[in-house]
Amino acid sequence: MLTCREFVEFLANYLAGELLPPIQAEFEFHLTDCPDCALYLKSYEVTVRLGKEACADLDAPVPAEVPEELVLGILAARHHKPI
Amino acid sequence: MSFTEELPAKQSPQDIDEASLLAGLRAGDQIAYEHLVRTYSGRLLAVTRRLLRSEEDAKDALQDTFLSAFRALHTFEEGSLFSTWLHRIAVNAALMKLRTRRRKPEDAIEDLLPKYREDGHREDGHMGNPTKPWKEPEALLERQETRGLVRGCIDRLPESYRTVLLLRDIEELDTEEAAQLLGISPNAVKIRLHRARQALRTLLDPHFREENP
Repeated sequence: MLTCREFVEFLANYLAGELLPPIQAEFEFHLTDCPDCALYLKSYEVTVRLGKEACADLDAPVPAEVPEELVLGILAARHHKPI
Repeated sequence: MSFTEELPAKQSPQDIDEASLLAGLRAGDQIAYEHLVRTYSGRLLAVTRRLLRSEEDAKDALQDTFLSAFRALHTFEEGSLFSTWLHRIAVNAALMKLRTRRRKPEDAIEDLLPKYREDGHREDGHMGNPTKPWKEPEALLERQETRGLVRGCIDRLPESYRTVLLLRDIEELDTEEAAQLLGISPNAVKIRLHRARQALRTLLDPHFREENP
């Protein structure tokens, strides 16, 4: 039987579908047997989702505004760098 | 044949197809280079900003991206997506910038990982201090302050773990690509990613858990 520590160690592999069947069975048994770890798994999944959505800049226009002087600087730099 | 000669009168840069753009770039046409920069700057600046905390570093990395792309044009494989190729160059330019920056003292990742008792249970779980459920993510994401809070917590992660989290979960590189860019093994990427997510969860927990479920 898995401990809670082992459960968390296997968590990423479980979500990636990379656990071997015997370990997956033990993992899923622990999930039903330990409400604490069930909550941890759920909050871990939400963490991944929040990270992705918080950085997705859904509210900001895409692409980012680029200052004209930066564009001109990039164009000018091309002539100063050896190819 | 120059890039400009390809353009009929009154054709806007947006109408220029990728094949014409590549042909112009390979011919060293300045108009083609300008079109490349103006078309892709916005989305690539967004990429370098996500990886670098400094606006100045993000802009420097953007410049390095275009210079590298022009130098490496001969390596672009026909049939691949040009935007994906540029995206990888931008990510690499940002990582190069990270490596040249002087490292500041960081919190150890261990301080943000769960602690366990000898019996294998988490110290902040089970009897006495059970793990609390979190509020529903849809409700959290409706609030503008949630995004700022999450970004702030990502910024608090130690640099090497923050980078892996950004490359895998935000830029959506696969494990092999991330490993190659970082110069570490794929297994090391997996370990760092899992630790980064655990650490981020620790930082978010006080803000999102239901105190009275």
